[in-house]
Amino acid sequence: MLDAQPGPLVEISNMCKWYGDFSALHDINLTVAEGEKVVVCGPSGSGKSTMIRCINQLETHQSGTISVDGVEVAPGMKNIERIRRDVGMVFQGFNLFPHITILDNLILGPMRNRGMSKADATQLAMQYLERVRIAEQAAKYPSQLSGGQQQRVAIARSLCMKPKIMLFDEPTSALDPEMIAGVLDVMIELAEEGMTMICVTHEMGFARKVADRVVFMDEGEIIEIAAPENFFNNPQSDRAKTFLGQLLGH
Amino acid sequence: MDRASPPAPAKKRLTGLDFVLFGGVAALILYSAYRINDVLVYRWDWSRVLSFVVLHDEATGTYAANLLLHGLATTLRLAVWATILASIIGIVMGYWRTCENLTARIISRGYVELIRNLPPLVFIFIFYFFVSSQIFPALGVDDISRDNWVVNTTAFRVMFGDPQLLSNFLAGVLCLALFEAAYVTEIVRAGIQSVGKGQWEGARAIGLSRINVLRDVILPQAVRKILPPLAGQFITLIKDSAIVSLISVQELTFLATEVAATTTKVFETWILVGAMYFVLCYSFALFFSRLERRAAKSRR
Repeated sequence: MLDAQPGPLVEISNMCKWYGDFSALHDINLTVAEGEKVVVCGPSGSGKSTMIRCINQLETHQSGTISVDGVEVAPGMKNIERIRRDVGMVFQGFNLFPHITILDNLILGPMRNRGMSKADATQLAMQYLERVRIAEQAAKYPSQLSGGQQQRVAIARSLCMKPKIMLFDEPTSALDPEMIAGVLDVMIELAEEGMTMICVTHEMGFARKVADRVVFMDEGEIIEIAAPENFFNNPQSDRAKTFLGQLLGH
Repeated sequence: MDRASPPAPAKKRLTGLDFVLFGGVAALILYSAYRINDVLVYRWDWSRVLSFVVLHDEATGTYAANLLLHGLATTLRLAVWATILASIIGIVMGYWRTCENLTARIISRGYVELIRNLPPLVFIFIFYFFVSSQIFPALGVDDISRDNWVVNTTAFRVMFGDPQLLSNFLAGVLCLALFEAAYVTEIVRAGIQSVGKGQWEGARAIGLSRINVLRDVILPQAVRKILPPLAGQFITLIKDSAIVSLISVQELTFLATEVAATTTKVFETWILVGAMYFVLCYSFALFFSRLERRAAKSRR
Protein backbone atom coordinates (compact mmCIF):
# COMPACT_ATOMS: atom_id res chain seq x y z
CA MET A 1 0.00 0.00 0.00
CA LEU A 2 1.22 3.43 -0.90
CA ASP A 3 1.71 5.85 1.93
CA ALA A 4 -0.45 8.88 1.56
CA GLN A 5 1.12 11.76 3.46
CA PRO A 6 -1.19 12.11 6.47
CA GLY A 7 -2.02 15.70 7.40
CA PRO A 8 -1.66 16.94 10.96
CA LEU A 9 -4.65 16.04 13.10
CA VAL A 10 -3.75 18.41 15.87
CA GLU A 11 -1.71 21.53 15.35
CA ILE A 12 -0.83 23.76 18.29
CA SER A 13 1.17 26.88 17.55
CA ASN A 14 2.48 29.56 19.87
CA MET A 15 -0.21 28.72 22.40
CA CYS A 16 -0.09 30.48 25.76
CA LYS A 17 -2.29 30.29 28.81
CA TRP A 18 -2.34 32.20 32.06
CA TYR A 19 -4.23 31.67 35.31
CA GLY A 20 -4.40 35.27 36.45
CA ASP A 21 -0.77 36.36 36.54
CA PHE A 22 0.57 32.82 36.55
CA SER A 23 1.84 31.66 33.19
CA ALA A 24 0.55 28.09 32.96
CA LEU A 25 1.57 27.39 29.38
CA HIS A 26 4.12 29.31 27.36
CA ASP A 27 4.63 29.22 23.62
CA ILE A 28 3.52 25.64 23.02
CA ASN A 29 4.17 24.26 19.54
CA LEU A 30 3.15 20.70 18.78
CA THR A 31 1.93 18.94 15.69
CA VAL A 32 0.45 15.48 15.84
CA ALA A 33 -0.03 13.61 12.59
CA GLU A 34 -2.78 11.11 11.94
CA GLY A 35 -1.93 7.74 13.45
CA GLU A 36 0.83 9.16 15.60
CA LYS A 37 1.22 8.31 19.29
CA VAL A 38 2.65 10.99 21.51
CA VAL A 39 3.46 10.56 25.19
CA VAL A 40 3.66 13.70 27.28
CA CYS A 41 5.62 13.59 30.52
CA GLY A 42 7.14 15.95 33.00
CA PRO A 43 7.01 16.86 36.68
CA SER A 44 3.64 17.60 38.27
CA GLY A 45 2.46 21.14 37.68
CA SER A 46 4.35 21.33 34.40
CA GLY A 47 1.17 21.96 32.38
CA LYS A 48 0.83 18.56 30.70
CA SER A 49 -2.83 18.11 31.56
CA THR A 50 -3.63 21.74 30.89
CA MET A 51 -2.13 21.45 27.43
CA ILE A 52 -4.15 18.44 26.32
CA ARG A 53 -7.29 19.85 27.93
CA CYS A 54 -6.92 22.89 25.70
CA ILE A 55 -7.23 20.66 22.64
CA ASN A 56 -10.89 19.89 23.37
CA GLN A 57 -11.36 23.24 25.10
CA LEU A 58 -12.07 21.97 28.59
CA GLU A 59 -9.51 24.69 29.29
CA THR A 60 -9.29 27.80 27.17
CA HIS A 61 -6.07 29.28 25.86
CA GLN A 62 -5.49 33.01 25.59
CA SER A 63 -3.17 33.33 22.65
CA GLY A 64 -1.82 31.25 19.81
CA THR A 65 -3.86 28.78 17.81
CA ILE A 66 -5.02 25.20 18.13
CA SER A 67 -6.59 23.35 15.27
CA VAL A 68 -8.13 19.91 15.23
CA ASP A 69 -8.45 18.19 11.88
CA GLY A 70 -8.05 21.53 10.13
CA VAL A 71 -10.64 23.40 12.21
CA GLU A 72 -9.39 26.06 14.55
CA VAL A 73 -10.75 25.75 18.09
CA ALA A 74 -11.07 28.93 20.08
CA PRO A 75 -12.57 29.96 23.41
CA GLY A 76 -16.31 30.60 23.19
CA MET A 77 -16.62 29.00 19.76
CA LYS A 78 -20.01 27.77 18.66
CA ASN A 79 -20.41 24.09 17.93
CA ILE A 80 -17.54 22.97 20.12
CA GLU A 81 -19.59 19.75 20.38
CA ARG A 82 -18.67 18.95 16.77
CA ILE A 83 -14.98 19.10 17.66
CA ARG A 84 -15.42 17.09 20.82
CA ARG A 85 -17.07 14.19 19.04
CA ASP A 86 -13.77 13.73 17.19
CA VAL A 87 -11.63 14.12 20.31
CA GLY A 88 -12.07 11.40 22.91
CA MET A 89 -10.77 12.04 26.38
CA VAL A 90 -9.99 9.72 29.28
CA PHE A 91 -9.48 11.23 32.71
CA GLN A 92 -7.45 10.31 35.73
CA GLY A 93 -10.63 10.07 37.83
CA PHE A 94 -12.69 8.16 35.17
CA ASN A 95 -15.59 10.65 35.43
CA LEU A 96 -18.24 8.01 34.78
CA PHE A 97 -21.80 9.01 35.58
CA PRO A 98 -22.61 7.20 38.84
CA HIS A 99 -26.41 7.45 38.59
CA ILE A 100 -26.81 5.41 35.40
CA THR A 101 -25.65 1.95 34.29
CA ILE A 102 -22.45 1.23 32.39
CA LEU A 103 -24.43 0.76 29.19
CA ASP A 104 -26.27 4.05 29.68
CA ASN A 105 -22.94 5.77 30.26
CA LEU A 106 -21.84 4.58 26.86
CA ILE A 107 -24.94 5.34 24.81
CA LEU A 108 -25.49 8.86 26.12
CA GLY A 109 -22.92 10.50 23.84
CA PRO A 110 -23.87 8.75 20.60
CA MET A 111 -27.57 9.39 21.25
CA ARG A 112 -27.26 13.05 22.19
CA ASN A 113 -24.39 14.16 20.00
CA ARG A 114 -24.75 11.93 16.96
CA GLY A 115 -28.50 11.55 17.16
CA MET A 116 -28.25 7.77 17.07
CA SER A 117 -31.25 5.61 17.94
CA LYS A 118 -31.12 3.79 21.25
CA ALA A 119 -30.95 0.41 19.53
CA ASP A 120 -28.03 1.42 17.30
CA ALA A 121 -26.20 3.08 20.17
CA THR A 122 -26.68 -0.02 22.34
CA GLN A 123 -25.27 -2.25 19.63
CA LEU A 124 -22.27 0.03 19.22
CA ALA A 125 -21.75 0.24 22.97
CA MET A 126 -21.82 -3.53 23.46
CA GLN A 127 -19.25 -3.89 20.70
CA TYR A 128 -16.85 -1.57 22.53
CA LEU A 129 -17.59 -3.13 25.90
CA GLU A 130 -16.55 -6.48 24.38
CA ARG A 131 -13.33 -4.89 23.21
CA VAL A 132 -12.43 -3.62 26.67
CA ARG A 133 -13.61 -6.97 28.09
CA ILE A 134 -16.41 -5.75 30.34
CA ALA A 135 -19.49 -6.65 28.29
CA GLU A 136 -20.91 -8.79 31.09
CA GLN A 137 -20.97 -5.76 33.42
CA ALA A 138 -23.15 -3.62 31.14
CA ALA A 139 -26.14 -3.56 33.47
CA LYS A 140 -24.15 -2.65 36.58
CA TYR A 141 -23.51 0.78 38.03
CA PRO A 142 -20.02 2.32 37.98
CA SER A 143 -19.59 2.02 41.76
CA GLN A 144 -19.95 -1.77 41.48
CA LEU A 145 -16.83 -2.00 39.31
CA SER A 146 -13.17 -1.91 40.26
CA GLY A 147 -11.08 1.14 39.35
CA GLY A 148 -9.44 -0.63 36.44
CA GLN A 149 -12.78 -1.76 35.07
CA GLN A 150 -14.17 1.75 35.45
CA GLN A 151 -11.29 3.20 33.48
CA ARG A 152 -11.82 0.65 30.72
CA VAL A 153 -15.50 1.65 30.64
CA ALA A 154 -14.39 5.28 30.35
CA ILE A 155 -12.19 4.36 27.38
CA ALA A 156 -15.08 2.51 25.76
CA ARG A 157 -17.34 5.50 26.40
CA SER A 158 -14.94 7.74 24.48
CA LEU A 159 -14.56 5.22 21.66
CA CYS A 160 -18.33 5.10 21.18
CA MET A 161 -18.08 8.59 19.71
CA LYS A 162 -15.74 7.15 17.04
CA PRO A 163 -13.12 9.79 17.72
CA LYS A 164 -10.24 10.57 15.38
CA ILE A 165 -7.90 11.16 18.27
CA MET A 166 -7.81 10.04 21.89
CA LEU A 167 -6.44 12.14 24.72
CA PHE A 168 -5.40 10.35 27.90
CA ASP A 169 -4.89 12.42 31.02
CA GLU A 170 -2.90 10.24 33.43
CA PRO A 171 -5.28 7.30 32.93
CA THR A 172 -3.49 4.97 35.34
CA SER A 173 -2.45 7.38 38.09
CA ALA A 174 -5.52 6.77 40.26
CA LEU A 175 -5.40 2.99 39.95
CA ASP A 176 -4.12 0.31 42.30
CA PRO A 177 -0.96 -1.30 40.88
CA GLU A 178 -2.66 -4.58 40.00
CA MET A 179 -5.27 -2.73 37.92
CA ILE A 180 -2.84 -0.82 35.73
CA ALA A 181 -1.90 -3.62 33.34
CA GLY A 182 -5.48 -4.20 32.17
CA VAL A 183 -5.91 -0.56 31.26
CA LEU A 184 -2.53 -0.32 29.54
CA ASP A 185 -3.32 -3.45 27.51
CA VAL A 186 -6.45 -1.80 26.18
CA MET A 187 -4.48 1.33 25.32
CA ILE A 188 -1.76 -0.67 23.57
CA GLU A 189 -4.37 -2.52 21.52
CA LEU A 190 -5.89 0.77 20.57
CA ALA A 191 -2.49 2.08 19.50
CA GLU A 192 -1.85 -1.04 17.41
CA GLU A 193 -5.13 -0.45 15.59
CA GLY A 194 -3.75 2.89 14.48
CA MET A 195 -5.60 5.31 16.74
CA THR A 196 -3.99 8.74 17.02
CA MET A 197 -3.18 9.25 20.71
CA ILE A 198 -1.79 11.86 23.04
CA CYS A 199 -1.11 10.38 26.47
CA VAL A 200 -0.07 12.19 29.57
CA THR A 201 1.47 9.38 31.58
CA HIS A 202 4.40 8.34 33.69
CA GLU A 203 4.23 4.73 32.51
CA MET A 204 7.62 4.65 30.87
CA GLY A 205 7.22 1.06 29.73
CA PHE A 206 4.13 2.11 27.82
CA ALA A 207 5.97 5.09 26.36
CA ARG A 208 8.85 2.94 25.13
CA LYS A 209 6.52 0.39 23.61
CA VAL A 210 3.93 2.62 21.98
CA ALA A 211 5.13 6.19 21.55
CA ASP A 212 6.41 7.62 18.32
CA ARG A 213 7.58 10.69 20.16
CA VAL A 214 7.95 11.73 23.77
CA VAL A 215 7.22 15.32 24.74
CA PHE A 216 8.90 16.50 27.92
CA MET A 217 7.39 19.53 29.64
CA ASP A 218 8.46 21.61 32.60
CA GLU A 219 7.07 24.84 34.03
CA GLY A 220 4.55 25.27 31.22
CA GLU A 221 7.00 24.85 28.37
CA ILE A 222 7.94 22.07 26.03
CA ILE A 223 11.59 21.41 26.78
CA GLU A 224 12.28 18.45 24.58
CA ILE A 225 10.62 16.36 21.90
CA ALA A 226 12.36 13.14 20.93
CA ALA A 227 11.84 9.54 19.95
CA PRO A 228 11.44 7.38 23.09
CA GLU A 229 14.79 5.62 22.72
CA ASN A 230 16.67 8.89 22.41
CA PHE A 231 14.70 10.54 25.17
CA PHE A 232 15.17 7.78 27.74
CA ASN A 233 18.74 6.86 26.88
CA ASN A 234 20.11 10.23 25.99
CA PRO A 235 18.07 13.15 27.25
CA GLN A 236 19.42 16.49 26.09
CA SER A 237 18.27 18.96 28.73
CA ASP A 238 19.33 18.99 32.37
CA ARG A 239 15.74 19.18 33.47
CA ALA A 240 14.87 16.00 31.57
CA LYS A 241 17.90 14.28 33.08
CA THR A 242 16.84 15.27 36.58
CA PHE A 243 13.26 14.18 35.92
CA LEU A 244 14.27 10.79 34.53
CA GLY A 245 16.72 10.35 37.37
CA GLN A 246 13.95 10.85 39.90
CA LEU A 247 11.54 8.64 37.97
CA LEU A 248 13.91 5.73 37.44
CA GLY A 249 16.08 6.25 40.49
CA HIS A 250 14.12 3.97 42.79
CA MET B 1 -14.37 -14.52 71.87
CA ASP B 2 -16.68 -16.65 69.73
CA ARG B 3 -16.76 -15.19 66.23
CA ALA B 4 -20.22 -16.44 65.33
CA SER B 5 -22.16 -14.63 68.04
CA PRO B 6 -21.70 -10.89 68.44
CA PRO B 7 -22.35 -9.50 71.93
CA ALA B 8 -26.00 -8.56 72.55
CA PRO B 9 -26.54 -4.84 72.00
CA ALA B 10 -27.27 -2.81 75.12
CA LYS B 11 -31.02 -2.36 75.60
CA LYS B 12 -32.33 1.16 75.41
CA ARG B 13 -34.02 2.01 78.67
CA LEU B 14 -35.82 5.10 79.83
CA THR B 15 -33.78 6.80 82.51
CA GLY B 16 -34.96 8.86 85.43
CA LEU B 17 -34.37 12.03 83.47
CA ASP B 18 -36.75 10.85 80.72
CA PHE B 19 -39.52 10.37 83.28
CA VAL B 20 -38.91 13.85 84.67
CA LEU B 21 -39.25 15.30 81.16
CA PHE B 22 -42.43 13.35 80.39
CA GLY B 23 -43.84 14.41 83.73
CA GLY B 24 -43.03 18.06 82.98
CA VAL B 25 -44.80 17.97 79.63
CA ALA B 26 -47.83 16.22 81.09
CA ALA B 27 -48.01 18.76 83.94
CA LEU B 28 -47.93 21.64 81.45
CA ILE B 29 -50.79 20.17 79.43
CA LEU B 30 -52.87 19.48 82.55
CA TYR B 31 -52.25 22.98 83.87
CA SER B 32 -53.34 24.54 80.55
CA ALA B 33 -56.46 22.40 80.52
CA TYR B 34 -57.18 23.44 84.10
CA ARG B 35 -56.74 27.15 83.30
CA ILE B 36 -59.06 26.89 80.29
CA ASN B 37 -61.66 24.84 82.12
CA ASP B 38 -61.82 26.36 85.59
CA VAL B 39 -60.23 29.78 85.44
CA LEU B 40 -61.31 30.91 82.02
CA VAL B 41 -64.62 29.02 82.30
CA TYR B 42 -64.63 28.29 78.61
CA ARG B 43 -67.62 26.46 77.21
CA TRP B 44 -66.47 23.97 74.61
CA ASP B 45 -68.81 23.52 71.70
CA TRP B 46 -67.41 21.55 68.78
CA SER B 47 -70.68 21.07 66.95
CA ARG B 48 -70.94 24.63 65.67
CA VAL B 49 -67.40 24.60 64.33
CA LEU B 50 -67.81 21.14 62.85
CA SER B 51 -70.85 22.34 60.95
CA PHE B 52 -68.49 24.66 59.12
CA VAL B 53 -66.57 21.64 57.96
CA VAL B 54 -69.52 19.57 56.78
CA LEU B 55 -72.97 21.07 56.75
CA HIS B 56 -75.88 18.78 57.51
CA ASP B 57 -79.03 19.96 55.82
CA GLU B 58 -81.88 18.94 58.15
CA ALA B 59 -84.59 19.49 55.52
CA THR B 60 -83.16 17.26 52.79
CA GLY B 61 -80.99 15.07 55.01
CA THR B 62 -77.91 15.63 52.80
CA TYR B 63 -74.39 16.60 53.73
CA ALA B 64 -72.39 19.30 51.95
CA ALA B 65 -68.84 20.55 52.27
CA ASN B 66 -68.73 23.85 54.06
CA LEU B 67 -66.30 26.79 54.39
CA LEU B 68 -63.42 25.04 56.14
CA LEU B 69 -63.32 22.19 53.62
CA HIS B 70 -63.47 24.70 50.79
CA GLY B 71 -60.59 26.51 52.45
CA LEU B 72 -58.61 23.29 52.74
CA ALA B 73 -59.20 22.61 49.03
CA THR B 74 -58.02 26.11 48.13
CA THR B 75 -54.92 25.68 50.29
CA LEU B 76 -54.20 22.40 48.55
CA ARG B 77 -54.61 24.00 45.12
CA LEU B 78 -52.40 26.89 46.15
CA ALA B 79 -49.76 24.49 47.42
CA VAL B 80 -49.76 22.30 44.33
CA TRP B 81 -49.55 25.13 41.78
CA ALA B 82 -47.08 27.15 43.80
CA THR B 83 -44.90 24.05 44.26
CA ILE B 84 -44.84 23.39 40.53
CA LEU B 85 -44.13 27.03 39.70
CA ALA B 86 -41.53 27.39 42.45
CA SER B 87 -39.75 24.26 41.20
CA ILE B 88 -39.53 25.65 37.66
CA ILE B 89 -38.35 29.09 38.79
CA GLY B 90 -36.03 27.52 41.35
CA ILE B 91 -34.35 25.20 38.84
CA VAL B 92 -33.79 27.98 36.29
CA MET B 93 -32.56 30.47 38.89
CA GLY B 94 -30.51 27.82 40.67
CA TYR B 95 -28.78 27.00 37.39
CA TRP B 96 -28.22 30.68 36.71
CA ARG B 97 -26.57 31.03 40.10
CA THR B 98 -23.90 28.59 38.92
CA CYS B 99 -23.58 30.01 35.39
CA GLU B 100 -20.49 31.69 34.01
CA ASN B 101 -22.69 34.30 32.38
CA LEU B 102 -22.54 37.44 34.51
CA THR B 103 -26.04 38.70 33.65
CA ALA B 104 -27.61 35.41 34.66
CA ARG B 105 -25.67 35.45 37.92
CA ILE B 106 -26.63 39.04 38.73
CA ILE B 107 -30.31 38.44 38.05
CA SER B 108 -30.52 35.24 40.09
CA ARG B 109 -28.42 36.57 42.95
CA GLY B 110 -30.43 39.81 43.07
CA TYR B 111 -33.67 37.86 43.11
CA VAL B 112 -32.58 35.58 45.92
CA GLU B 113 -31.18 38.38 48.08
CA LEU B 114 -34.20 40.63 47.54
CA ILE B 115 -36.64 37.98 48.67
CA ARG B 116 -34.59 36.51 51.46
CA ASN B 117 -34.09 39.91 53.04
CA LEU B 118 -37.71 41.05 52.97
CA PRO B 119 -40.26 39.92 55.54
CA PRO B 120 -42.84 37.76 53.75
CA LEU B 121 -45.68 40.10 54.71
CA VAL B 122 -43.94 43.12 53.22
CA PHE B 123 -43.14 41.20 50.06
CA ILE B 124 -46.72 40.08 49.68
CA PHE B 125 -48.15 43.56 50.08
CA ILE B 126 -45.65 45.07 47.65
CA PHE B 127 -46.25 42.30 45.18
CA TYR B 128 -50.01 42.42 45.48
CA PHE B 129 -50.58 46.14 45.32
CA PHE B 130 -47.91 47.08 42.83
CA VAL B 131 -47.44 44.09 40.63
CA SER B 132 -50.46 41.84 40.43
CA SER B 133 -53.00 44.65 40.56
CA GLN B 134 -51.27 46.25 37.57
CA ILE B 135 -50.30 43.21 35.54
CA PHE B 136 -53.39 41.03 35.80
CA PRO B 137 -55.81 43.61 34.37
CA ALA B 138 -53.36 44.28 31.56
CA LEU B 139 -53.24 40.57 30.76
CA GLY B 140 -57.03 40.45 30.84
CA VAL B 141 -57.23 37.73 33.49
CA ASP B 142 -60.46 39.18 34.88
CA ASP B 143 -62.12 39.09 31.48
CA ILE B 144 -61.14 35.47 30.92
CA SER B 145 -62.62 34.42 34.21
CA ARG B 146 -66.04 35.80 33.28
CA ASP B 147 -67.04 34.61 29.86
CA ASN B 148 -65.14 31.64 28.59
CA TRP B 149 -66.52 28.13 28.38
CA VAL B 150 -63.26 26.66 29.67
CA VAL B 151 -63.60 28.25 33.09
CA ASN B 152 -67.01 26.70 33.62
CA THR B 153 -65.87 23.11 33.17
CA THR B 154 -65.58 20.88 36.21
CA ALA B 155 -61.92 20.20 35.51
CA PHE B 156 -61.16 23.91 35.69
CA ARG B 157 -63.03 24.25 38.96
CA VAL B 158 -61.16 21.32 40.45
CA MET B 159 -57.83 22.76 39.42
CA PHE B 160 -58.34 26.46 40.03
CA GLY B 161 -61.47 26.80 42.18
CA ASP B 162 -64.19 29.40 41.72
CA PRO B 163 -63.72 31.25 38.38
CA GLN B 164 -64.97 34.43 40.04
CA LEU B 165 -61.92 34.41 42.29
CA LEU B 166 -59.47 33.37 39.58
CA SER B 167 -57.31 36.50 39.42
CA ASN B 168 -57.18 36.59 43.20
CA PHE B 169 -56.16 32.94 43.32
CA LEU B 170 -53.50 33.42 40.65
CA ALA B 171 -52.07 36.36 42.57
CA GLY B 172 -51.80 34.11 45.62
CA VAL B 173 -50.11 31.33 43.66
CA LEU B 174 -47.66 33.71 42.03
CA CYS B 175 -46.85 35.43 45.31
CA LEU B 176 -46.22 32.20 47.12
CA ALA B 177 -44.25 30.67 44.26
CA LEU B 178 -42.00 33.70 43.84
CA PHE B 179 -41.39 33.80 47.55
CA GLU B 180 -40.58 30.10 48.00
CA ALA B 181 -38.65 29.84 44.73
CA ALA B 182 -35.91 32.01 46.19
CA TYR B 183 -35.23 29.31 48.78
CA VAL B 184 -35.62 26.55 46.21
CA THR B 185 -33.04 28.41 44.10
CA GLU B 186 -30.47 28.20 46.84
CA ILE B 187 -31.20 24.51 47.41
CA VAL B 188 -30.87 23.77 43.68
CA ARG B 189 -27.64 25.78 43.49
CA ALA B 190 -26.16 23.79 46.35
CA GLY B 191 -27.28 20.58 44.64
CA ILE B 192 -25.71 21.49 41.31
CA GLN B 193 -22.49 22.54 43.00
CA SER B 194 -22.38 19.32 45.00
CA VAL B 195 -21.99 17.37 41.76
CA GLY B 196 -18.26 17.25 41.06
CA LYS B 197 -16.53 19.17 38.31
CA GLY B 198 -15.41 15.88 36.80
CA GLN B 199 -19.00 15.09 35.86
CA TRP B 200 -19.23 18.27 33.78
CA GLU B 201 -15.91 17.50 32.13
CA GLY B 202 -16.73 13.87 31.46
CA ALA B 203 -20.03 14.85 29.89
CA ARG B 204 -18.65 17.80 27.93
CA ALA B 205 -15.79 15.66 26.63
CA ILE B 206 -18.19 13.21 24.95
CA GLY B 207 -19.77 16.14 23.17
CA LEU B 208 -22.88 16.79 25.22
CA SER B 209 -24.27 20.31 24.98
CA ARG B 210 -24.63 22.40 28.12
CA ILE B 211 -28.36 21.76 28.37
CA ASN B 212 -27.88 18.00 27.87
CA VAL B 213 -25.19 17.84 30.53
CA LEU B 214 -27.56 19.54 32.92
CA ARG B 215 -30.55 17.38 32.06
CA ASP B 216 -28.89 13.97 31.72
CA VAL B 217 -25.99 14.17 34.15
CA ILE B 218 -26.07 17.00 36.66
CA LEU B 219 -29.73 17.45 37.64
CA PRO B 220 -30.52 13.75 38.16
CA GLN B 221 -27.60 13.52 40.60
CA ALA B 222 -28.37 16.88 42.19
CA VAL B 223 -32.03 16.02 42.75
CA ARG B 224 -31.14 12.92 44.76
CA LYS B 225 -28.96 14.99 47.02
CA ILE B 226 -31.41 17.85 47.49
CA LEU B 227 -34.59 15.82 47.95
CA PRO B 228 -34.59 16.10 51.77
CA PRO B 229 -34.12 19.90 51.96
CA LEU B 230 -36.50 20.33 49.03
CA ALA B 231 -39.18 18.32 50.82
CA GLY B 232 -38.74 20.53 53.86
CA GLN B 233 -39.09 23.63 51.70
CA PHE B 234 -42.31 22.41 50.09
CA ILE B 235 -43.82 21.65 53.47
CA THR B 236 -42.81 25.13 54.55
CA LEU B 237 -44.59 26.37 51.45
CA ILE B 238 -47.84 24.75 52.56
CA LYS B 239 -47.56 26.40 55.94
CA ASP B 240 -46.54 29.74 54.43
CA SER B 241 -49.59 29.62 52.20
CA ALA B 242 -51.50 30.96 55.22
CA ILE B 243 -50.00 34.41 54.64
CA VAL B 244 -51.80 34.92 51.35
CA SER B 245 -54.95 35.15 53.45
CA LEU B 246 -53.80 38.76 53.88
CA ILE B 247 -54.54 39.49 50.24
CA SER B 248 -57.97 37.88 50.66
CA VAL B 249 -57.24 34.59 48.99
CA GLN B 250 -59.96 32.44 50.51
CA GLU B 251 -57.79 29.60 51.75
CA LEU B 252 -57.95 27.76 55.03
CA THR B 253 -56.58 30.44 57.34
CA PHE B 254 -58.66 33.21 55.75
CA LEU B 255 -61.87 31.24 56.16
CA ALA B 256 -60.91 30.06 59.63
CA THR B 257 -60.66 33.69 60.72
CA GLU B 258 -64.19 34.20 59.49
CA VAL B 259 -65.49 31.04 61.13
CA ALA B 260 -63.85 31.95 64.43
CA ALA B 261 -65.46 35.38 64.29
CA THR B 262 -68.89 34.06 63.37
CA THR B 263 -69.03 31.24 65.91
CA THR B 264 -66.92 32.97 68.58
CA LYS B 265 -65.50 29.48 69.16
CA VAL B 266 -61.89 30.55 68.81
CA PHE B 267 -60.21 27.54 70.46
CA GLU B 268 -62.19 24.91 68.59
CA THR B 269 -61.74 26.61 65.23
CA TRP B 270 -57.99 27.00 65.46
CA ILE B 271 -57.40 23.56 66.99
CA LEU B 272 -59.39 22.06 64.14
CA VAL B 273 -57.60 24.13 61.50
CA GLY B 274 -54.28 23.25 63.08
CA ALA B 275 -55.17 19.58 62.82
CA MET B 276 -56.08 20.05 59.15
CA TYR B 277 -52.74 21.69 58.37
CA PHE B 278 -50.94 18.98 60.30
CA VAL B 279 -52.61 16.18 58.35
CA LEU B 280 -51.87 17.95 55.06
CA CYS B 281 -48.22 18.64 55.84
CA TYR B 282 -47.58 15.26 57.38
CA SER B 283 -49.03 13.48 54.35
CA PHE B 284 -46.67 15.45 52.15
CA ALA B 285 -43.77 14.55 54.44
CA LEU B 286 -44.64 10.84 54.20
CA PHE B 287 -44.95 11.14 50.42
CA PHE B 288 -41.53 12.75 50.17
CA SER B 289 -39.84 10.22 52.43
CA ARG B 290 -41.18 7.48 50.14
CA LEU B 291 -39.71 9.32 47.15
CA GLU B 292 -36.38 9.56 48.95
CA ARG B 293 -36.35 5.86 49.69
CA ARG B 294 -37.08 5.11 46.05
CA ALA B 295 -34.32 7.43 44.88
CA ALA B 296 -31.91 5.83 47.34
CA LYS B 297 -32.85 2.38 46.10
CA SER B 298 -32.34 3.16 42.42
CA ARG B 299 -28.94 4.59 43.22
CA ARG B 300 -27.76 1.59 45.24
